[in-house]
Amino acid sequence: MATDWTIGELEEWDARIRRVAQDVGLVLRAQEFEICDRDQMLGYMAYTGMPAHYPHWSFGKRYEKLKTLHRHGVTGLPYEMVINSDPTLAYLMRDNTLCQQVLTMAHVYGHNDFFRNNGHFSRSRPELTVPRFKLRADRVRRYVEDPSIGAGRVEALLDHAHALSLNLRRNPDIRRLDRAEQEERALERARPRRRPHAEIHLPEETVEPDLTRVPLEPEEDLLPFIRDHNPYLAEWEKDLLTQVHEQAAYYLPQIETKIMNEGWATYWHHRILHALDLPQEIHMEFLVHHNQVISTQATSINPYQLGFVLWHDIRRRAAGEEGTAGKVDVGLVQEAGAEPLPGEEGLFKIREVDRDVSFLRRFLGEELMRELDLFEYEPKGKDLVATRISDPDEWSQVRETLLRRVGMGGVPAIRVVDADLGRSGALLLRHEHDGRDLDLEYAEKTLEHVHALWGRRVLLDTVLEDSPTRLSYEPDAGFAAE
Amino acid sequence: MSESVFRPYSQSDAVRSDRSAGDRSRHREKVREAIRENIADVIAEEAIIGRSGDRVVKVPIRGIREYRFVFGENQPRVGTGDGDTETGDVVGKSGDGRAGDVGGPAGDQPGTDYYETDVSLEELTEIMFEDLELPEMDRKRLRELPTEVARKRKGYRRAGVRVHLDKRRTARSRIRRKLARGSPLPPDAEAFGIPASSPRDAGEGPRFPFHREDLTYRRTVHDVIPQSNAVVICIMDTSGSMDTMKKYLARSFFFLLYRFVLTRYQNVEVVFVAHHAEAREVSEEEFFHKGESGGTLISTGYRKALEIIHERYPPALWNVYAFHCSDGDNWTTDNEAALESAQELCQAANLFGYGEIKPLNSRRYGSSMLDVFQGLDEPNFQTVKIERKEDLWPGFKELLSKERVPAEET
Repeated sequence: MATDWTIGELEEWDARIRRVAQDVGLVLRAQEFEICDRDQMLGYMAYTGMPAHYPHWSFGKRYEKLKTLHRHGVTGLPYEMVINSDPTLAYLMRDNTLCQQVLTMAHVYGHNDFFRNNGHFSRSRPELTVPRFKLRADRVRRYVEDPSIGAGRVEALLDHAHALSLNLRRNPDIRRLDRAEQEERALERARPRRRPHAEIHLPEETVEPDLTRVPLEPEEDLLPFIRDHNPYLAEWEKDLLTQVHEQAAYYLPQIETKIMNEGWATYWHHRILHALDLPQEIHMEFLVHHNQVISTQATSINPYQLGFVLWHDIRRRAAGEEGTAGKVDVGLVQEAGAEPLPGEEGLFKIREVDRDVSFLRRFLGEELMRELDLFEYEPKGKDLVATRISDPDEWSQVRETLLRRVGMGGVPAIRVVDADLGRSGALLLRHEHDGRDLDLEYAEKTLEHVHALWGRRVLLDTVLEDSPTRLSYEPDAGFAAE
Repeated sequence: MSESVFRPYSQSDAVRSDRSAGDRSRHREKVREAIRENIADVIAEEAIIGRSGDRVVKVPIRGIREYRFVFGENQPRVGTGDGDTETGDVVGKSGDGRAGDVGGPAGDQPGTDYYETDVSLEELTEIMFEDLELPEMDRKRLRELPTEVARKRKGYRRAGVRVHLDKRRTARSRIRRKLARGSPLPPDAEAFGIPASSPRDAGEGPRFPFHREDLTYRRTVHDVIPQSNAVVICIMDTSGSMDTMKKYLARSFFFLLYRFVLTRYQNVEVVFVAHHAEAREVSEEEFFHKGESGGTLISTGYRKALEIIHERYPPALWNVYAFHCSDGDNWTTDNEAALESAQELCQAANLFGYGEIKPLNSRRYGSSMLDVFQGLDEPNFQTVKIERKEDLWPGFKELLSKERVPAEET
């Protein structure tokens, strides 16, 4: 084992990191680190970090892809892989140097704090994460082994369910109305508005709401809806739909807080490592790795970098520090010490309540955007061409473009409108079009998946190139657009 | 808050925990399926022969995307510049996947699903043919040719040449004989006045030379291994009307045939015959790349093929696969002769196929050899019509279903 560290050393460093982390105000859960090798790391990455996970070929695909990318040197293996569980579980790669391990541990504590304290994770039940994934794995395996079901059917059902898993309720904190409440609301809406001087106007015509409609209000949770409204599904199929849905729901807060979360962890590893008073050579190595973590590519947003710069900027502004917003002196050793920096106390509140969209909207201003040189681009022919830059006229539009893509904004919002269209049992979905068209090929293939789960005709209302379009799929008639 | 726990690395866990193995092999299977579906694209890219089996080819895979509802590609996205980006700057190439997405946990965002996979030509062939399920192509039906491959040792004998002398056995044989010669001595032999030194005591006693009977030679025999030989005769119309597109389709077809025959026989030879108004045997390079002009006399190509078969590949020893690609634009006067020689070719070959290549968008000439060949009633004759590259694989499968079982074994 050619490492330049021992477990004992790691434990010593860990104790120091924890001390600093708590001194500066992080509130942590218990933490577990597992030492793993490269292949195991690839395995964890393919299975989103979970120690146990149900089998499906898509994870094999992910593994091969990661491995290929890694082999060709396109991506290095990450230093960190943390899962939102209690105790928080993280992996340390055996081949990493002591410096990388220290950096990783500090970074992991940032995530640990974020998982524990950000409000969007409040219903994620971290103490059940690992057992739940394990349970799911066991159930799927049981269905696979069941001679009346078998691997082929399980795989096909998972294929279909995966296609829809991210079409789920985006705001689980908003209470879902039950059927009676929905009916009440529908009646309330249909009631004529009370108007002043009603006696001199003709009475408004009241339209009786159709209370037999299913769903009464458009439904975001596609998989549970299909589970509850397709009577032809077998119990094991319903169970798998539930499992896949719950799993996607588990990832939802992580998707919604990617920039904040990674930025938070990066901010704190940066702070903690400076406070640790590292030996010179380790400190230099740390700076190299840190700069890799926050390096940027022209055609994408690096959540580590954007989040890091934002948190840094918020603190400086809170502390009333002079200087250009956003200029982060990553190479400069700040005054070492475990005291909270001025302005830091405000950060903790923000990490509790925000998610990426609100975080960026609140704190990403014109100046910082210019500093980061954020720009909007579009494909033109074979090239990607910058169409807007963060100048005084257009920075807010660039920001809008960014805001629309972060978190669940990258997933089109699809809702169930009618589960019995024209009394024919057809399922009508609606794409809540926000100016962005669906990829037609993907929409077509995904509709096939919907059909496989629904068993009857499926339709999707969307807008393609500014004209309303209804896509439909039926095995006999195939795919149609009108 | 409790302290952190460090779980040390455990080699045995690492070895045991290759949990992705099952999912990876299932994925691999799906890749193979995808390759099979895209076979026409794949084979069209490959040079026909002279490629070693370990050559790696790139195969674009599209069949294993995971579909979800996603936004189209031409949406505006946001990137991070290095400080001085101006409107109108080219910042990248499209088709780099769905860049600009701020990803969630790995795989939970729609992402690019295009990628290429490396497959060796050998594996590719295996993938291509594994689903053919052709009982007719059973190994036992193949005509086999006894070939002397090598001499191998088999037992021993008394006579032979010096170099094959087995010294150890020879010496053992002598010792055995010597022991047999010496009279057994009773334990109290000395009491009877017999001297203690007997011929048994090596060295001291009288000379005991090798006898001719001691000499043992290794026996070697000729090892006869039945070998199956096949020759693929590619006949192509290279007249003026065969344009690049047609040759491209023909090439793909020949490639399939060659690769297939290669999987079934140990010894495969390929002959290229090009013809327009006259035929000659050419090299692969010439066959595919050299355009010629002039009219078309298909019968000349068949005559040439027959000539080659009779000269070099007697059907008794060779499995002959002949295939002809043309656009069917023959001189009408030649049709009769072509039919006649095609018949002859059918008798000499296991399989004779005719592929008429008429790309959908090419100019059509009225004549088609398919009509002419209607008059040819041989069980191992097959015509294939190829209009686009998607027709290649089904056509090829159909072609193989007609292979003639050699007469002597039916």
